[in-house]
Amino acid sequence: MEARIAGQRVRAALRSAATAGLICSVPVLQGCALSDAPVLFPKGPIALAERDLLFTAFGIMMIVAIPAILLTLLFAWRYRKRTRNTADYAPEWDGSWGIEAVVWLVPAAIVVVIGTIVWDATHRLDPYKPLAADKPAFKVQAVALDWKWLFLYPELGTASVNELAFPADRPLTIEITSDTVMNSLMIPALGGQIYAMAGMRSEMNLIADGPGTFNGRNTMYSGDGFSDQHFKAHAMSEADFAAWKEKVTGAADVLDAKAYVDLHKQSVADPVRYYSSFETDLFSIILRKYAPIVGPYESKAAELICRGAV
Amino acid sequence: MLGRLTVEALPFYSWVAMGGAAVTVGGGIAVFLLITWLRAWKVLWTDWLTSVDHKKIGIMYVVLALVMLVRGFVDALMMRAQQAFSLNSEGYLPPEHFEQIFSSHGTIMIFFVAMPFLTGLINIIVPQQIGARDVAFPFLNSVSLWMTAAGAALVLISLVVGKFSQAGWTGYPPYSGVEYSPGVGVDYWLWALITSGVGSTLSGINFIVTIVKNRCPGMTFMRMPMFTWTTLCISILIAFSFPALTVVAGQLTLDRTLGFHFFTNGDGGNMMMFANLLWIWGHPEVYILILPAFGIFSEVVATFSRKRLFGYTSLVYATACIALLSFTVWLHHFFTMGSSANVNAIFGIATMIIAVPTGVKIFDWLFTMYKGRIEFHPSMVYTIGFMVTFVIGGVTGVLLALPPADYLMHNSTFLVAHFHNMLIPGALFGYFAGLNYWFPKAFGFKLDTKWGIRSFWCWIIGFYLAFMPLYVLGFKGMSRRMEHYADPTWQPYLIVAAIGALFVLCGIACIAIQLYVSARKWGSARDITGDPWNGRTLEWATSSPPAPYNFAVLPEVTDIDAFHDMKILGQAYQPPQHYEDIVMPKNTWIGPALGALAFALGFAFVWYIWWLVALCFVLSLVCVGIRASDDNSEFVLPAAEVARIERERLAQISPADMHDMHDYVPRGAASGAPLTGTV
Repeated sequence: MEARIAGQRVRAALRSAATAGLICSVPVLQGCALSDAPVLFPKGPIALAERDLLFTAFGIMMIVAIPAILLTLLFAWRYRKRTRNTADYAPEWDGSWGIEAVVWLVPAAIVVVIGTIVWDATHRLDPYKPLAADKPAFKVQAVALDWKWLFLYPELGTASVNELAFPADRPLTIEITSDTVMNSLMIPALGGQIYAMAGMRSEMNLIADGPGTFNGRNTMYSGDGFSDQHFKAHAMSEADFAAWKEKVTGAADVLDAKAYVDLHKQSVADPVRYYSSFETDLFSIILRKYAPIVGPYESKAAELICRGAV
Repeated sequence: MLGRLTVEALPFYSWVAMGGAAVTVGGGIAVFLLITWLRAWKVLWTDWLTSVDHKKIGIMYVVLALVMLVRGFVDALMMRAQQAFSLNSEGYLPPEHFEQIFSSHGTIMIFFVAMPFLTGLINIIVPQQIGARDVAFPFLNSVSLWMTAAGAALVLISLVVGKFSQAGWTGYPPYSGVEYSPGVGVDYWLWALITSGVGSTLSGINFIVTIVKNRCPGMTFMRMPMFTWTTLCISILIAFSFPALTVVAGQLTLDRTLGFHFFTNGDGGNMMMFANLLWIWGHPEVYILILPAFGIFSEVVATFSRKRLFGYTSLVYATACIALLSFTVWLHHFFTMGSSANVNAIFGIATMIIAVPTGVKIFDWLFTMYKGRIEFHPSMVYTIGFMVTFVIGGVTGVLLALPPADYLMHNSTFLVAHFHNMLIPGALFGYFAGLNYWFPKAFGFKLDTKWGIRSFWCWIIGFYLAFMPLYVLGFKGMSRRMEHYADPTWQPYLIVAAIGALFVLCGIACIAIQLYVSARKWGSARDITGDPWNGRTLEWATSSPPAPYNFAVLPEVTDIDAFHDMKILGQAYQPPQHYEDIVMPKNTWIGPALGALAFALGFAFVWYIWWLVALCFVLSLVCVGIRASDDNSEFVLPAAEVARIERERLAQISPADMHDMHDYVPRGAASGAPLTGTV
């Protein structure tokens, strides 16, 4: 009797689990909601390789995961206590070398396989590694500020805030630092992320499949304006990029030391801004700001940027 | 006089803050009035607060954990509600509130729910499982409890006086440094960590010594129950990892309070050292939380499958492997900090290696169920729910262990979903299983199973609804800790997640109802024999609740399933030849006094009330001095009194109450050949 009630209980439970599953799947089924997921449908070969690694490892792990889940449910059902359970009962059975060998060695083999793949992939997809391409990489310097991103374009001599533009047919090399707390720069559709830390220079190499606009943001919580610290990254065709370059070069604003000190102040949800030029060696000065160096500043501009005042 | 503490610190600046403060103060007043109304102050003080009895200390730890669970869960509910509504809007919480809430949620759940819950269960059970009368250092145990409680009190009072940290539960500098977080919030966080960290370290040391030195005759290492094994492993982890946390918290305190430059931007500070030190504690900490739950699952699955545990030796080695490896993987928490590919790849592979012993454990429990007779007691249902759900968390964990994949998923809600997927089934379900399983041992009556099962279903449905959408949102590029967002396609997932949180709320309510209903009808659910589930390990040999000395005569053990063996051989419930005097530790007020002083010390440091710092420090030394010079800290329970208690107990047990053991093949005759079709 009690066993039957237990059985019914399990059945009722399965029913409610199925209902929960259905409810759970509603947003998933909501049309093409996932097709804009940048991690699943990336727009660049780096992100694609990272995603493929994710899928491969996921697939291999199913060799262990699916049997584990199914056997748990199966055994729980088959060996449940009830009045006439004809299934075997072996209360003293407590070990088997065969089973032990399988449960140790199969996962170990999987780790060897995935480990080999990972060793290779980690080196191949090292964010610091320059990308092979016909054309030279387009270099951008990114500075994390509270709560916005400043991008310097040494090749163009211009700068932009909360917007990143680059030619779609060239690899993108981003040098990253922070002039505030720890940040992490990420453009999910193009590839991974790397931390931005004051006084330190990190680097990320990305490339886009073609022209397009992607979301980028700081993923590392950094304070009150964190939620709004995102930007658009535009991979542009040659013509579009030339036009964009024209627009920025013609901007009225100039990012000299004084303008940088103003920009450095905390602000939330800043609009996109363009600067037709920036202070010489600005990126190095920002790095130098946090270096444990005593002694005279190289220039008035450096002193202003490092101390916030002359 | 009061340092930087002024009337400004009171929460009259916003309704949400005032509400939180009112609930905290109101709760405190309600408890005070209830105790006064029940005239229970004296009993509370003499029988509980000053107690050094490991069982009572364990119960107090679990009570602390459950109270803090409610607080931590309210935080979770508020976060889910905020994100469900805050598409292109501020929602109902301004950033500074939202930030305090996610910081306190993490801090509370790790330090003041999971840690006290597992320490409580260990306290109640481990000495009984190894046939001991108490822990090695009963007074130290009391100090540990009160240090933990002092830390929890610091977190609670931050809701009323001042603010809590806005730097997240990991408190990464330079954001948590004084330049970017000038208020008292981070100081509250730091002192709560330091104070409770002292408690945890002392507990770890206490249990290493207890398990190594206090085992009863015949209890060799390879006959220790799995829960005791996992406790030994995590106690070693605690003793080695918590000092790192204490040091790193101390360094950040020096940075903030005395202007040091360990982790500041510039001036020689290096924030990367914080990340390393924090996670050198933090990764073993994950296993500190999960391994005891694995121990509980091992006990539960054998008992309710009515079988010996499958692969005991394998489980022991797997536990030890996990404990050892847990110190070798900390860097996977920051693959994106710019380490070289060699370093990242090595830590990634080391992380995956941990999946092997963990997987072995799952299969060992699986084969314990195989050819068993499974009863769906709430603790067993939690175990099955854990096994299924934890596998998913393990898979996503290995995905995050691949450095290139981690570049995509780091800091995203995928990560949030992953670690909740480990800690809710892997730790919390284990503790709930332990609560249902060992409650009769602590209180002498069983918990209602109906409400136990209901709580399980609410929890597991709530878990899937709350966290599966977060996995998807990670793919969609949502970062963790966002107060609002601009992508309308995220909102449906966040609404589902909020509904999940409501299911979890029902789960918590079911546990409260379960406790209430069970207490109401405790008379009919009494556990006379001390062995309500036909248990296998030694803790079921004592009465429920156990006598202060646990075992009138120390048992002798000849098998892993010691008590099961005794029942089969007819040795259970037998009066011994003679009783002896038992030396017991006396209760002492020093433990609670040291806890109160630690709380005041932390509070004084937070607010820069230096005279109070000095006073608390001196008084603490005085307390330690008093204790150290007290030669009269024990008393003798005469043999006659022990005999009286034991006779009374044995007289109550009639053969009808005892479990029918005829289904089990007696040891010795066991050849491993299965019996077919019985029970």
